[in-house]
Order: sequence, then structure tokens, then C-alpha cells
Amino acid sequence: MQKSTLAELAVGARATIEQVTGERRLAVRLMELGLVPSTLVRLERKAPLGDPIELSIRGYDLSIRREEAEKIFVSRVDAASEEAP
Amino acid sequence: MIAPTVLVAGNPNAGKTTLFNSITGAFAKVGNYPGITVDKVEKQIDLDGQAALFVDLPGTYSLTSRSEEERVAVEAILSETDKAAALVIVADATTLRRGLYFATQLLDTGIPAVVALTMMDDARRAHLDVDIGLLAMVLGCEVIPMVAPRGEGLSELRRAVKRLLTEPYAPGNAVDLGGAEPAIRAVEAAFAEGRPALPARKARTRASWALLSIGGDDLLGVPEGARRAVETERKKALADGRDLDAEMVGARYRAVDAILDRVITSKEPKGRRRSQKIDDILVHPVWGLLLFVVVMFVVFQALFAWATPFADWIEAGVGAAKAFTKDAIPPGPFNNLVVDGVLAGVGNVLVFVPQIALLFVFLTILEDSGYLARVAFVIDRVMAKVGLNGRAFVPMLSGFACAIPAVMATRTIESRRDRLLTMLVVPLSSCSARLPVYVLLTAVIFDPDRKLLGFLAPGALALFAMYLLSVVFSLGAAFVIGRTVLKGPRPTLVLELPVYRWPQPFNVARATWQRVRRFLVDAGTIILALTIVLWGLLNYPQNPESVARFAGLREEAATIEDDALKTEQLAVIAAEESGDRLRNSVAGKVGRAIEPAIEPLGFDWKIGVGILGAFAAREVFVSTLGLVYDVEEATEETATLKDALRDAKHPDGSPVFTPLAGVSLMVFFVLAAQCMSTLAVVKREAGSWKWAGFMFAYMSGLAYVVTLLVYQGGRLLGWGI
Repeated sequence: MQKSTLAELAVGARATIEQVTGERRLAVRLMELGLVPSTLVRLERKAPLGDPIELSIRGYDLSIRREEAEKIFVSRVDAASEEAP
Repeated sequence: MIAPTVLVAGNPNAGKTTLFNSITGAFAKVGNYPGITVDKVEKQIDLDGQAALFVDLPGTYSLTSRSEEERVAVEAILSETDKAAALVIVADATTLRRGLYFATQLLDTGIPAVVALTMMDDARRAHLDVDIGLLAMVLGCEVIPMVAPRGEGLSELRRAVKRLLTEPYAPGNAVDLGGAEPAIRAVEAAFAEGRPALPARKARTRASWALLSIGGDDLLGVPEGARRAVETERKKALADGRDLDAEMVGARYRAVDAILDRVITSKEPKGRRRSQKIDDILVHPVWGLLLFVVVMFVVFQALFAWATPFADWIEAGVGAAKAFTKDAIPPGPFNNLVVDGVLAGVGNVLVFVPQIALLFVFLTILEDSGYLARVAFVIDRVMAKVGLNGRAFVPMLSGFACAIPAVMATRTIESRRDRLLTMLVVPLSSCSARLPVYVLLTAVIFDPDRKLLGFLAPGALALFAMYLLSVVFSLGAAFVIGRTVLKGPRPTLVLELPVYRWPQPFNVARATWQRVRRFLVDAGTIILALTIVLWGLLNYPQNPESVARFAGLREEAATIEDDALKTEQLAVIAAEESGDRLRNSVAGKVGRAIEPAIEPLGFDWKIGVGILGAFAAREVFVSTLGLVYDVEEATEETATLKDALRDAKHPDGSPVFTPLAGVSLMVFFVLAAQCMSTLAVVKREAGSWKWAGFMFAYMSGLAYVVTLLVYQGGRLLGWGI
């Protein structure tokens, strides 16, 4: 397990949320959408133009910008997997 | 007796609207929450002898965040004056791991509630087995499995709501928020202080809400004691190195997960979901972009071209009504008022209906299918550059057809700030009503046979430049206004990509009709009133001498024996009379009075009158200019009008429509806010005249300054004079 941010994940990689940092208003919103510590997340894809990114989390898909993803710390679970979080 | 209120609450995309529609049956009433842009949809229905007022709350993800919609939902649920008698909590069975977060927040308020578990068909297809009985037991309320479009579970839900309204209700235990509990209790006590009427459960919800709030404006209206308690508790947690936010949200999600681990008995699907597989194609780096371009082109084409025949029918219909009325009422001022004021105003309103209806048919289909969120996902990177997000793209694109439906389309943008910002810059998109003005002016000022570099028509080049200018200025205005007037939290994108679903035709029809109706009732009445006022300004006061003179001329012409000659003579008199009336009117006088102000832009008073007339709609500039130049019923293709403009001279004998003056006038039309219908619809959508006024002021100022720079700069450089 190594610590990194959501923005550093490769497409298809899974990770566990460690901490959501950044502006409080946004951090609370992201956590309320399910990005709370110890939740499993997979980077589903990047938008055709490279940003934003699509996350698969809690059985649904959420899109955020890289800028936000850089402030979400995760620990990587394993290499790419088809298994849905 | 007032019917008790039943609030329908749930996540966006949870099937809330479909459920609301199927439970309330026919078209519900759509109102507005005072002062803001959030729709209030409600309908009173009868539940087997028990009346109930169903209110469809805005879709939200939680009770604690603070977008405008969430504020509305929080206020409706927690308000102490406007009591909610019962809650219908709509939760999508396929996304319970998120939906139950909000559901438990709602249950914690202690308001009698029932959970409507929607999308059960999708859940079954995904082999997601939810133990309904166990879920009901754990949550402490009834849970009704539903497939709303098919009516499955509907009568059970109605009966459950009736029970909530008639039988005693014992709420289940509030979710234990673990380490945050002491903080919540402290704030709760501060809330309850001096307000014994506040139920304990509501005080608890208020306390959680306040603890997760951001401070400043968000805490306005919160009692001083509670505010202090929030500060104390947050400081305490900070001193201990704890993240109170993460504790509160985390504890609730842990509770949700614990519930679902028991309730969802079957193995959840481990493979990639159907929507994700569809997205592999629909937002593919190549095919996805291609599809995006095609879909956006179709929407634009629909607004720009497909709406035209309908608009033409409406215009023909209004024209026929005008002709009929003109003959049916004795000639005179009243006849003129009805025909050219009232009926023209009705026409001005109705002519927008095809575009609005078409846009909302497309928007609703795109939104309900889930593709609208993908549009935002694909184009967000571009919109981010000017401080907007991907949601603003469709309204901005629609603006190139017409600002009215485009402003109305901004309601698909979630945040109030982004919505307002988009609304304020959309009218800078060069709408189709500006096209006749550009066409006329390029035809007047450029020699059609001249080509630049051997192949470029200067007129086409000028037209292209105007569209480019419009794009540059609308994006630039978004950039500037977003950093000044509407400075807010750093704009971002937090976007759910909902599951793809087939849109329900009834929902599409209903949403479209609601939008059209709102436009007719709210903006339409303003447009009608403004049309009548404008008509008065363009026609009154009348000069009695002129009236007598033209009556004499008409009598004289009536004696002409040759019919063809008589008709021709009468037409000439009518054109002159209209022109004379316009010159003597308030608008004519204002046009002359503002001449010194617009002269530096290269405009004379006649152009000034045309600009005033264009307030009804930009293309009216052409016919108003026709009136000033005594050309009756002029369009941008009328040769006599083009000739008249080419021959127009300043008092010193120099031509009025030099290439430079013409280009300046086009630039003015790109930027100026002279379209009262846009102002009316912005007033309606933004909730106050303040924003409509701001838009008018900044666009007019921008138009004046830029046109001045173009004209005076061009003169200095000696171009096109």
C-alpha cells in the first residue's frame, strides 16, 4: 500500500479513500457524496479532453476535476481490476 | 381546512419527478420559491378521503450542503412555521449506498416518513436483492418497492402516506454519529434554548446542519447562542486534532454500510455496470467527441432551423388576426392600439414558443436519458477556462439561436452563481434575430462584386467577424463577471453521471409544457406590456397638422380613376404617413435627442430611432429603419430600403452608411442588450429586476465603449470612411 492522490491513479486502478482535504465547503460536499475515508473507489475514465475524471464509487459514477482529485488522498489497493467498488 | 403538506424529497436522478407525476396524476402547479430560481412544484390530491398537498422538493444529495436547492429543501423540512406533516423519501434502489445517506438524514428529523424505493426493475435486472422487510425494520419506517413509470407500488405508497397523516408515528432511533455526538448535543442544547416548541429531533438536525456549515452567510438566521456553540465545538475538535466533518459524515456512512450489509442479501454485481459499458462508447475519446458534436449540432439546428416553420405559422396566424381586427374595428387610435400594440405583443410572445418547446423537448430527453451530464463531462475542460463548468455549454450554444430559451435552459445548471453568470452572458451570443440586421448592413456597405484576395466576400468576412466577436465577448464577459460581480467560491465541477435510462414521453411532454406555460404567464405578460408601451412611444404623440394633411392627401388620391395608380399612390402616402408619425413620436424625439450621444459611434438620429424600435426584437431594427426612410413593410431583402440607406446623407452631404459606420453598427448589435424579451425572461429566471437591470447596464456600456473604439479608431486609421 502506498499513499498517493486520486489524481495519480491510472484508469482502471482502485484505491481506498484516506482523507479529503482542500476547501472545506467542497470537502464536505465530496464526503457527503460518499468519498469518505475507507471507501473503495476506482478511476473509471478520463474525459475525452483529459479533465475531468470519472470515479466509480458506492455503486454510482461521480465526476470531479483533477484539481479536486489532487486533494483527495488514497491508498492504492491493487492493479487494474474489473471489480466494481 | 388546509390540507397537510407532504414533502417529496430525494437525490437527483432518483426518479423523484416520475414518482411525483404518477402520484399526483395530471399536471401540477409550478410556482417559484420567492426571489430565487428554484421551481416549486405542488399539487393537492385526495388519498381516499384524506386531502394532502404534495410538494416536490428540489433533488438534493444531503440536508447539510448549501446550494440554493438544498437550502430550499432544508428550509421546507426544518421550518417551524410551514410544518411538513409527512415525508416521502425517494431512494433509487440501485444507488442505495449513497441514497441512504440522505434518507437517514431525513428520517432523523423525526417527521413521519415513508421510503419509496424506486427503480426496482433496474435493481432486479442487476440481481440486486433488497430485503424490504428488514430494511423497513432497521430504518423504523415503511419501505415501498416501486417501479413508478409502470405504477408498481403506487397504491401501496398512497395508503402508506395516508397512514402517516392519520395514525400516530414513532420515529426510529437517530443515527449515532459516534465521536461527534458530544458536539452535536452541545449545539442542539443551544438551539433548543428559549425555544421549547422546537421538537428535539429537529433541533438535532439543525445542530448537525450548523456544525457542517461553512460559517458567515450560511449561519445567518441561526440563533446567536447556537452559532457560538458551533464555533466552540469546532475549535475544540481542532485543538484535539480531529476532523469533525469527516467524523460526522463518516459515521453516517458507516451506519448506512452496516444497514446495507444486512439488507442486500444477494451478492452485488462485481462486474462493470451497464452504464459504464455504454460510456465506453458514448464518452470515448474519439467516438464520444464525435457524438457530442453531432448531438449539439442537432440541438442547435432544431432551434435555428426546425423552429422556423412553426414560428412562421404563428406569425401568419397573428398577421391574419391583425388583418381581421383591423377591418372589424372602426379605424382610429383604438384600432391601432389593438392591432399594432396588443396583437403585435401577443405575436412577440407566441413567436418564442416553438423554440422554447423544442429546446426543452431536447433538454428533457438529454437530461432524463443521462446524456446531458455526459455533455457537461465532455466539455467541462473548455468551460473551466472561463470560470464556468460543463453544464453551461448547452445554454451558451442555444444562445446563438435565441437568448430566450437559452436563458431558460440555464436551470439545468446546479449552482446559483454559475446559473446567474451563464444567464448574464448568454445574450452576448449572436442570436438569429441579429442576422437580418447583419445581412442588411453588409449588403448596404459592401459591394457584392468585390472580393478580397480574389475569393473572400467582404460581407461574409464581416459576418464571420461578428460571430467571432460574439464568442470572444461572451466568454470574456463570463471570465470578468465571474471574478468581480459574481465572485464566489472557486467554481468547480461535482457531477453525478447517472445511469442511462429511456426518457418517459409523458415526463418530456410535462416538463416542456411546464416551461412553455411559465414563459407565457411570467415573461409573456411582461413582453406584452412592453410591446404596448413601445408601440405607444413609436406612435405618439401625433401631430394634428400631419394627420389632417395626410387625410387630405388620401381623399385626393381616392379620386384617381386608374385603380393601379390609385393603389400605388395610397401606398406611397401610407409609407410617408408612418414615417411622419414615427418622426413626431416620443421615440422619434428621443432618437433626435440622443443624436449627440450616438454621433461619436457613427450613428445619426434615424439609426437611433431604429435602435429604439429594435427593443421589441432586434430584427425590428430593419422595419423601423424602413419606416424612418418611408419604406413600408421593409425586410432585409428590400431593394428600396437598401438603396435608401446607400443614398442616405448627413446634413453636410457625406454618406451615413460608410463601411466603417456599418461595421460599427453591427458591432453595436453584437453587444447591446436591446431585446426586451430577454430582459423579461432574465427577470423571471433570476427572480428580480436587479439582474435584468445589471445585464442591460453592462451590455449597453460595453456596446457603447467598443463601438466608440471601433468607429473612432477606424476614423483615425482612415479605414472605410
